[in-house]
Amino acid sequence: MSAAPSDRVEPTSFAFDDHSHAAIDVAIAKYPPGKQASAVLPLLDIAQRQMGRTTGSAWIPTVAMDAVAQALSMPPIRVYEIATFYLMFNTKPIGRYHLQVCGTTPCWLRGSDEVARACRDVGGMKGYGESSADGLFTMSEVECLGGCVNAPILQVDDDYYEDMDYERTKALLESLKRGEKPARGSTIGRIGSAPTGGPVTLTSDPIRVPSASNVEPEKAE
Amino acid sequence: MAKVTVDGIEVEVPNGSNVLQACEAAGKEIPRFCYHERLSVAGNCRMCLVEIEKAPPKPFASCAYPVADGMVVHTDTPMVRAARRGVMEFLLINHPLDCPICDQGGECDLQDQAVGYGGDHSRYHESKRAVVNPDLGPLVKTIMTRCIHCTRCIRFSTEIAGVSEMGATSRGESMAVGTYVEKALSSELSGNLIDICPVGALTSKPYAFVARPWELKKTDSVDVLDAVGSAIRVDTRGAEVLRILPRINEDVNEEWLADKSRFALDGLKRRRLDTPWIKRDGRLVRASWPEAFAAIEDRLRGVSGERIGAVAGDLCDAESMVALKDVMASLGSTNLDCRQDGAAIDASRREFYLFNTSIAGIEEADALLIVGANPRTEAPLINARIRKRVLMGNFPVALVGAAADLTYDYAHLGTQPGDLGSLIEGSHAFAKALETAKKPMIIVGQGALTRADGAAILAECWKLAAQANMLTPDWHGFNVLHTAAARVGALDLGFATGKTLAHMARGGVDVLWLLGADEFDAAQIPPSTFVVYQGHHGDRGAARADVILPGAAYTEKDGTYVSTEGRVQRGAMALFPPGEAKEDWKILRAFSAMIGKPLPYDTLDAVRARLAAVNPVFSVIDALPRFGAGETSGPAVGGDIGSAPFAPVVANYYMTDPISRASATMAACTAAHAPITSIAAE
Repeated sequence: MSAAPSDRVEPTSFAFDDHSHAAIDVAIAKYPPGKQASAVLPLLDIAQRQMGRTTGSAWIPTVAMDAVAQALSMPPIRVYEIATFYLMFNTKPIGRYHLQVCGTTPCWLRGSDEVARACRDVGGMKGYGESSADGLFTMSEVECLGGCVNAPILQVDDDYYEDMDYERTKALLESLKRGEKPARGSTIGRIGSAPTGGPVTLTSDPIRVPSASNVEPEKAE
Repeated sequence: MAKVTVDGIEVEVPNGSNVLQACEAAGKEIPRFCYHERLSVAGNCRMCLVEIEKAPPKPFASCAYPVADGMVVHTDTPMVRAARRGVMEFLLINHPLDCPICDQGGECDLQDQAVGYGGDHSRYHESKRAVVNPDLGPLVKTIMTRCIHCTRCIRFSTEIAGVSEMGATSRGESMAVGTYVEKALSSELSGNLIDICPVGALTSKPYAFVARPWELKKTDSVDVLDAVGSAIRVDTRGAEVLRILPRINEDVNEEWLADKSRFALDGLKRRRLDTPWIKRDGRLVRASWPEAFAAIEDRLRGVSGERIGAVAGDLCDAESMVALKDVMASLGSTNLDCRQDGAAIDASRREFYLFNTSIAGIEEADALLIVGANPRTEAPLINARIRKRVLMGNFPVALVGAAADLTYDYAHLGTQPGDLGSLIEGSHAFAKALETAKKPMIIVGQGALTRADGAAILAECWKLAAQANMLTPDWHGFNVLHTAAARVGALDLGFATGKTLAHMARGGVDVLWLLGADEFDAAQIPPSTFVVYQGHHGDRGAARADVILPGAAYTEKDGTYVSTEGRVQRGAMALFPPGEAKEDWKILRAFSAMIGKPLPYDTLDAVRARLAAVNPVFSVIDALPRFGAGETSGPAVGGDIGSAPFAPVVANYYMTDPISRASATMAACTAAHAPITSIAAE
């Protein structure tokens, strides 16, 4: 974990471990016999997660793509095409934590530039696509993460950290550096996607007071 | 059938055709890049836009839009023209302006269509994208900034060649066509990528920066580097063959050509015999034609016809073989052989040594058994045809012989001839597939015939064919796959009589005339035998010769060749033989006059009349009458069948004859594919 991702060399072999094999069986079983190539996306994901588990860098080397191709009896080039098409698959080594900064309009309006600046300051990266020297962080710019209400969003691996600003981003990354894993979700205590200061509409009691004219039968529901 | 009106012309096209085909039927040319008749429809270049009445008011990609009865199509309206201009502008955004240094220049679809639909300047002022060029091996050169992403090469390699190695990786601006992991294409058909690429992204590596198409003299000819008889076009400039391209022949090679046939041409310039040589005091010295002839005449004096023999090689034209046969007859010799590999062939009936089903007939067959052959290395285009049939579905294929990647799935029944027994008894599962098949076929390779028990295996295969309903009055499913272009022609001329090559080469004759024979161990010929080598390359045969007569290669003579299917075709002279070398039948005609027994023909037409007189099949050119099996009695049985496994006859696809052995390009291919071939050889 101490080496920068760019120093990591392409592994010469890759084999699915037991954990992955269990997940592969589930993925392939979802498709009819003979159509197992449909499971290529789940298998690539399984391979990437296994790399993350075992090496601390969740990426898919070519040998892993070959293993996927072999597991699904498809030509390797078809797997390469898919793995390079989807940006969620990393075809180059990345850091321990993948910092995915949403730069689409709502997040940008709400200060995603500040989130990116905090990432650069803590990790020492110059910009998107780069990794920190200690191999902990790699930052990428991603398109809309679909969390616009709680913008700006910083996705770390699978988890969304919402309502970010410069200071909270910095604090989050510092705690990641210490090996802590802060709770995901809103960093300002927002509940779900509710307004920041608590609910402002529909605050009255939705249960109507029964009157003589509209008495409902008991246990109507 | 659907009635479609294209620009006011009414045409009828089969249901399921696309609009582009209907437009072609009406004689309207539709510009296109991604659409190709022999590949699946991709519909991604958008150049073939047309307007269709009573459909949504938008341009339609005609290649991907099916016809409907009563459809009215317009191919040249202002909307269509504007749409195509728009597509062309987008295609040219990232296309470099390097036509002056591009090898596709002059035969480029993009260049041609830009004349019709391109603007006079670009409105794109940003930087063009740059793409890394993958190394696809010694044959195909890549300049991927020129790529317009038509995906023809990807579809060709996946569908026709059967090696899924090309793909489009990444996306959008970064999309790149290539192999992702750098490697040489492992296909014998990779040269066709150059032909189907509509731009200059994939060009010929050996031909890079050599010539412009308008400088070339084009000669239609026939390929002889395998026994398929592919139609080729030989492009020459001056005294040099610069490239060889396929011609369309639907019955043989469709529009493809195997790599060896296409790229071995640099071997035509190396190791050539351009002057006669005579061995004096153990060393070959240059000589004149009269001296060489005199040396042979001296040695022949007093030798009885019984002690004279001739061997025809694998690349010989029928004209030179009939002339050699007649010269031998005038010397009193009937010792003729064309089977350098010692193949057991029963020449008593023509169907015993032909590919009777015919290459196009493979598409009608419904089951296939391959015995002792690897069609992929022995005849790549026949293999491509088999693969085409496999892709149509319901075509079980089984192989008895060395396992190999044939680019399609097959049942491997065993490696040795004894494994045929389970089929004859009907105990194997594939026997049932043969039984239910209406038009089953068998391919017997040279690997099955070039063995001591070859004659017995041939008889066994014929027996199996007769039993499995392959020999009926309207279907002939028995096929022998040859690897030598001259073999069938030689057999048709009766060039397999008297002493065999094995006998002659071990001192059975005193004078041995080798006509381009290089594929046997000439070093075993005892010193007492006087060897005359007549041919075009200084190869194995010439190395042992006492007199060398320089002949012409297949591009340098008008020759008749008979393919493995029995198709009689004529190659044409594209350039003159180098130096003192002469056309082979003329050498023999001159020699016959020298010894006072002149052959009775002086012109090419007269030689060809003589060919037709020897065997009437030589009077029908290019046509191949299909026939069923008249008689089902088999070839002569000779001995027992052994238990040795079938060995591959082609150890290295890229070097099988004097021309490809002299070729630097083929040497590079051999080096690039060395690991693969060494595994296959074991």
